Amino acid sequence: MIPLSWFLIFAAALFCIGLYGVLARKNAIAILMGVELMLNAVNINLVAFWRYGSLEGITGQAFAVMVFAVAAAEVAVGLALFISIYRRRNTVAADEIDMLKF
Amino acid sequence: MTTETLIWLLPLPPLLAFFLIVLFTNRNRTLSHILAVGAALLSWAGSMVVFARALQVEFLGETPFHSVLNWMPTGDTFFQIGVLVDPLSAGILFFVAWTVLMIFIYSVGYHNYGQPEGDHDRKGLPPHGATVQDEHGHTHTVPSVEPMYSRFFAFSGLFAFGMYLLVLSNNLLTLFVGWEIMGLCSYLLIGFWYAKPSARAAAIKAFMTTRVGDVFMLLGIVYLYSATGTLTYRDIFYNPEVLQRLAESSSGFLGLSVAGLIGLLLFIGTIGKSAQWPLHVWLPDAMEGPTPVSAMIHAATMVSAGVYMVIRIFPLLSAGMEHGVITPTMSVMAFIGAFTALFAATIAVAQNDIKRVLAYSTISQLGYMIAALGIGAYVAATFHLITHAFFKGLLFLGSGSVIHGVEHGVLHTGEHVDPQDMMNMGGLRKKMPITFWTFLLGGFALSGFPVFTAGFWSKDEIFADAFAHGHYAVFITLALAALLTAFYTMRQITLTFLGEPRTEAAKHAQETSWTMTLPLIVLAIFAVAAGWVGIPEDFPGLGFLLPGPLHHFISGTLVEELAPVAFHPFPLLTSLVVALGGLYLGWLVYRNVRAEQPDPLRKPLGAVYTLLENKYYFDEIYDFLFVRPAYWVSETFTSNWMDRTLFDGFLHGIASITISLGSALRNYIDKPLVNGFGDFVGESVKKIGQLFRPIQTGRVQQYMILALVSVAAFSALFYYLLVFAR
Repeated sequence: MIPLSWFLIFAAALFCIGLYGVLARKNAIAILMGVELMLNAVNINLVAFWRYGSLEGITGQAFAVMVFAVAAAEVAVGLALFISIYRRRNTVAADEIDMLKF
Repeated sequence: MTTETLIWLLPLPPLLAFFLIVLFTNRNRTLSHILAVGAALLSWAGSMVVFARALQVEFLGETPFHSVLNWMPTGDTFFQIGVLVDPLSAGILFFVAWTVLMIFIYSVGYHNYGQPEGDHDRKGLPPHGATVQDEHGHTHTVPSVEPMYSRFFAFSGLFAFGMYLLVLSNNLLTLFVGWEIMGLCSYLLIGFWYAKPSARAAAIKAFMTTRVGDVFMLLGIVYLYSATGTLTYRDIFYNPEVLQRLAESSSGFLGLSVAGLIGLLLFIGTIGKSAQWPLHVWLPDAMEGPTPVSAMIHAATMVSAGVYMVIRIFPLLSAGMEHGVITPTMSVMAFIGAFTALFAATIAVAQNDIKRVLAYSTISQLGYMIAALGIGAYVAATFHLITHAFFKGLLFLGSGSVIHGVEHGVLHTGEHVDPQDMMNMGGLRKKMPITFWTFLLGGFALSGFPVFTAGFWSKDEIFADAFAHGHYAVFITLALAALLTAFYTMRQITLTFLGEPRTEAAKHAQETSWTMTLPLIVLAIFAVAAGWVGIPEDFPGLGFLLPGPLHHFISGTLVEELAPVAFHPFPLLTSLVVALGGLYLGWLVYRNVRAEQPDPLRKPLGAVYTLLENKYYFDEIYDFLFVRPAYWVSETFTSNWMDRTLFDGFLHGIASITISLGSALRNYIDKPLVNGFGDFVGESVKKIGQLFRPIQTGRVQQYMILALVSVAAFSALFYYLLVFAR
């Protein structure tokens, strides 16, 4: 059986890729995708700890499913907002959306 | 109904009438006078029942009708008020009921009920007359109805309530309440025609002058209450122990006993109310009011109330009197009474206004009563009070009738003459026969025409008493006053009724309506018959035939019955001489006065006549001594100096101190400290905000990096703390 640490390393790598995407990309949709990657890295952690911990409860799986649901809702709302912004300002670049800045 | 219950109810109908008229019927003349006269009639009927029952009680003085109730709690006990009918109140009640009823009926005619409304009449002014057209197309000017008809009856009702209350109360406090209610009504009714400046001034004068007396009277009442703990007549005046104690303890004022000082204070109230010298000045001016008011308030009832009060407190006044030596308070009364009697009679001789003559005559006759009481002639004073109320009420009503008749003539002819001036009259006996005969009877009663008039018997009793007890000074003064009384009465009758008319108006005078003549006739009967109850038993001839029960009845009010004075021919002769002599002289001097001719006495008396005509200049003296200083004090001292300078200055001072204190606080505390702190907080927040503003770039990635760096830094710190710092 693949040891736990492999999963954790994989998840950490995935998280870092996501984080890099969030920090480095200008496109808001790409940032959103980065966030999704980070969420999935967490999901991997949750499921892996469940599998390698006690198998009686299903807490890890339940949490993972919950995160999927919330992420889906978040993406739906986020994309709707970006479409709306794009219609008004013709851009989805994060640093150009600065109307609230003082 | 028991007699006591009936007595409680007696004053109420007029009060009820007052409220009903004021609240509901004041727009309806007929209803208003029905209410007022009806109320007077009810009280009159009740009074007659009470009077009749009182006569049937054998010793009414010892067992009077007396009923009390607890009124005001005073510590452990109650101050009691109640009603009392003893022989004295019964006598007073009798004449009050009759005169009030008669005057109410008279007022209906006097205020021209049934006449059209005037052309130019305004409220607050006497009616000026109305123009009417008869069936032949001729226009006439006739008297018009009083514009404030209902108001008159309302006030009269309130007045009647006050008088009944005063007569029936059993203590000095409710007496004082009634006394003041009458004072108020007197003020309101003197100023009834308030649009006339003279009426306003007279009302204020009457009110202020009587107030002087009332203040002293209230002091006397308070002193009496503090000395005895009660104000009920029976507990003080019918109680020899209390009287003796009051007479023996000294008040520490001018060597008077407590009884003497209280008596003196109460007597000053009477001086004001009964218009005795030196507070007599208001009564003649009070003639500005309608004539029924003069008759009711200023002749028959209210001014009599003052005398009634001193008669009531007579046991207190005479406490300490031994062997016929009168007390100091009584000598003061005897002096003031006798002096006023003569003094006012002299003024009356030189007055031309028919009502003013009667006003001075009233003052003079009230002086008689006071003087009589001052020399201890208790019954004689009461007797004269009763007869005087009838004949003076009659004379006033008669004068009102005369004025009314002449006014009719004035309206008819359009002549501009004063309908109250006797010099404009003359010959009215043919035009106004009922008024003439009743006035003649009243005038004869006032002069003391021998044997058949009431005034003769009461005045004679005062003379007899003064003579028998050796008060010769009083006797002579009163005899002189009686001579003058007869003189000015005959002068009045001669000028008014006898001879030939001196003006067109007098020629066209007309007898007044039955509502005015009926009261004249009724009062004329009393002006004659009221004297017969007081004929002394030892009077030659008549005393045997008609011995009067009055002396025995009235003196039953006192603990010890006063012995009637023995008959002596000298005072009787004096009385005959002065009465007949005065009447004859009056007729002799004035029988031939022509129109436009001055008073026949003006030339021979010269300066004295001017002095009398101007009433010894008392009004001017009082104006100089009291009225002007009062105005000066209120204007210069109180208003200008004290109020404007002192009080306003003080207030302005406080205001400016407050303002400067306020601006000091503002400039040195509020602005630098409080505002400074507030501004400092605001500015600091602003500065801090500016300081942190640059890091708010608005770029999400930068925030993320910052968050990442922070997480890393804190993780490193925790790691260090958890792993190495153990």
